[in-house]
Amino acid sequence: MAGRPEGGIALPFAVSRIVSEGVPLSAPLIEMRGITKSFGAVKANEAVDLSVAPGEILGLLGENGAGKTTLMNVLFGAYAPDAGEILVEGRPVAIHNSADALAAGIGMVHQHFHLAPRLTVLENLLIGIAGKSGRIDRAGGLARLKEIGRQHGLGLDPDLPVSVLSVGEQQRLEIIKALFRGAKLLILDEPTAVLAPSEVDGLFAALRSMAGQGLGIIFISHKLNEVRALTHRCVVLRHGKVAGRVDHPASTTSAEMAKLMCGHEIVPPTREASTPGAAVLTLDGISTSGHAGTPLRDVSLFVRAGQILGIAGVSGNGQRALADVISGMLPPQAGTMAIAGKTVAQFSPRELQALGLGRIPEDRMTTGLVTNLPLADSMVLPRIGTEAFSRKGLLDPAAIRAFAEAQIKAYDIRCPGPMVRAGALSGGNLQKALLARELAFDPKVLIVSQPTRGLDIGAARFIHEKFLAMRAKGCGIIVIGEDLEELLMLCDRIAVMYEGRIAGTLSSADASVARLGLMMTGAEGHA
Amino acid sequence: MFRLEARTSTPAWFNLALPLIAIAVTLVLCSGLIAMAGAGVIEAYGVMLSASLGDSYAITETLVRAAPMIFTGLAVAIAFRAKFWNIGAEGQLLAGAVASCAVGAIPMPGTLAMLLMALAGAAAGAIVALVPVMLRVKFKVDDVVSSLLLNSVIYYALMALIEGPWKDSFSGYPISPPIEDSANFPVLIEGTRLHLGVIVALIVAPLCWFLIARTTLGFRIRVTGENAEAARYGGINVQRVLISTALLSGALAGLAGVGEVGGVHFQVMSDISPGYGYSGIVVAMLARLNPLGVVPAAIFLAAVMTGAEAMSRATGVPAFLSDVIQGTALLAMLVALLFTAYRVRRVGATT
Repeated sequence: MAGRPEGGIALPFAVSRIVSEGVPLSAPLIEMRGITKSFGAVKANEAVDLSVAPGEILGLLGENGAGKTTLMNVLFGAYAPDAGEILVEGRPVAIHNSADALAAGIGMVHQHFHLAPRLTVLENLLIGIAGKSGRIDRAGGLARLKEIGRQHGLGLDPDLPVSVLSVGEQQRLEIIKALFRGAKLLILDEPTAVLAPSEVDGLFAALRSMAGQGLGIIFISHKLNEVRALTHRCVVLRHGKVAGRVDHPASTTSAEMAKLMCGHEIVPPTREASTPGAAVLTLDGISTSGHAGTPLRDVSLFVRAGQILGIAGVSGNGQRALADVISGMLPPQAGTMAIAGKTVAQFSPRELQALGLGRIPEDRMTTGLVTNLPLADSMVLPRIGTEAFSRKGLLDPAAIRAFAEAQIKAYDIRCPGPMVRAGALSGGNLQKALLARELAFDPKVLIVSQPTRGLDIGAARFIHEKFLAMRAKGCGIIVIGEDLEELLMLCDRIAVMYEGRIAGTLSSADASVARLGLMMTGAEGHA
Repeated sequence: MFRLEARTSTPAWFNLALPLIAIAVTLVLCSGLIAMAGAGVIEAYGVMLSASLGDSYAITETLVRAAPMIFTGLAVAIAFRAKFWNIGAEGQLLAGAVASCAVGAIPMPGTLAMLLMALAGAAAGAIVALVPVMLRVKFKVDDVVSSLLLNSVIYYALMALIEGPWKDSFSGYPISPPIEDSANFPVLIEGTRLHLGVIVALIVAPLCWFLIARTTLGFRIRVTGENAEAARYGGINVQRVLISTALLSGALAGLAGVGEVGGVHFQVMSDISPGYGYSGIVVAMLARLNPLGVVPAAIFLAAVMTGAEAMSRATGVPAFLSDVIQGTALLAMLVALLFTAYRVRRVGATT
């Protein structure tokens, strides 16, 4: 920031560049040439070239582990590249840390936000920005915040503490923070993964406005429809190398792009017609209290054997409480639940598991697995006291290892072996491991939350196929999700949650994205 | 310029090398203090080494001192595995000493007496450890603070006991009556103080390792410590695991007190422990919470303590150096642990 007037809060990007109809005409804002970065024997990036022009939105596509995040970390100064150079507006620059990156006009919005929850919006913006003679320049900050809000339609109340902001608002604050520090190029790492559909539209509008005023944007995602809707150009990474470039994403099909990402065709699975059996899970009048988030209010639902029930809704409408009740983490205050005809007497993970319930939590890293322990430990965790893995209080290491090895093979979990730290696996492989540990014991009912959040196409397809295979075997499945297209593809019936209640249930034949979207806002009820 | 970069994996040899590097760094740092005290560094460390490990008698003395630290080190290591922050091994040790002394003073056959002393001491330590764990489980009270403060409570309760009802009626000294001669732990090598309790400590360490590594309770302790949320989701009763861990940890610390009463002092006095409970934290950290590593780590600290006294006599360097070495070793180990997760990379000068 050194050398810039006004303590580094001037607006350095060139608004004057000629931009017409979103098509950039000028020289690259940022150019990465021949970037190579290895971790041990793994080449995370190999000779990657990439450039962004002012006013351009570049999509950076690739499966998990393709090297997208590594490349952006190199650009943002978190890693030093082994080879290659970075040019900003034609001049080579050395970026050793995030301060260098910010000084070069590069801002990044990470998947996990870096905000101080107890401080206000304005205070968060002013962190690390020295005003004149060491005082905090509140007035100057307010003026800049207002200006950014006016320019890009990114308004936020400056005096609200960050802890009361929604996820979408926090993300907006991160974007404002980058602009505040004079970013000419904005990197967004999977920004839509945490947003509800309506928030995604708002984000896209803001990004288009920023590009319209000459900012360069790198948009990392593996949601192809979003990339097609938003970006001007795409770079696709595979195994650390550039697998292809797409010059007109809007007129390229998702299938073509998916093929570039995976290296082979992706065929969506089909949901065969089936005849569902008796109800395997029934909730009757369930209400909860004493739980963070929206409580359940008189929720009744059922799922039959061989049927997939989707739970749609804007996040924060009681889905968390529903998942916690069904998986045994939260005893309800009123109402009853039955699994395969047996009424649940005691709500605990162990009891429900014994009744034939399989569970895949929303947050695999914190609730599902123990990242610091070997993968095998996480895979046997829910059944550690049972005959399968122990005898008279003594572990059976051979059985644990054999089980993990068999599942790693059966589910094609990419890892060095069962004794590797679970945290070293990618999200898709972790999800496969969690799926394996539940499905190995043939659950009668399976409850899953956000099963493919953050997963790439290949991994998501694998998970979908497993669900459909379980459905064919007569398992009843509840999928809690926000991706409506995914729910419509997988589910036989979809229930919509709104403010802790079931607003209505549709058979998938009657459901559409538009209709579900309307019900999610509480506008339409349907029994 | 240097900076830390997250490691993707930790080399296996690190686990063994880290404590050794930490100890080496400690000795180098402390050599400055020896030089300031006006002694030769090599000479001073030489005296420490020969006085602690130089001959068979010195080795037995070091082992006798190591035994209570093996117990407290195991107590801390197991507790920390579950992230039950037991800083109260000192108080649990004292409680174990008092209970075993009370039992040992009752006339009965020797073998029975020793067994009952061990049981009473372990139970007393466990009961003391139960206080912070119940406060945490029921009321979310910070276990670091509660277990630490409890040490003072136990210490002054002990003082009240030996200044009051247990006071030596002949001499008037604040020491408890001695335990029965038949309850004195047998000495294993004639002419030394190497007692039965030392052997028990050396046997208990691998048992603790087995418990952690090979039993379902150990599995639950490890999982609870690493991720209590995932443990609960996986059907583990986290509260019960924490309570079991605390009882076990307190019992082990209590046994440290039993060994001191039955094998070394045969009575209770105010300075029965020179901070063995706190040293247990250093031992456990140096051992990286591995029960097998606790044995060499405790022997190292014991050697420093025994050696420091001889060094003080021979060179005039204050014996307090032993405390400095302990503290520095803990800090060096904590810094060294950083390198299991991060590596230092050299980067070019920033603009």
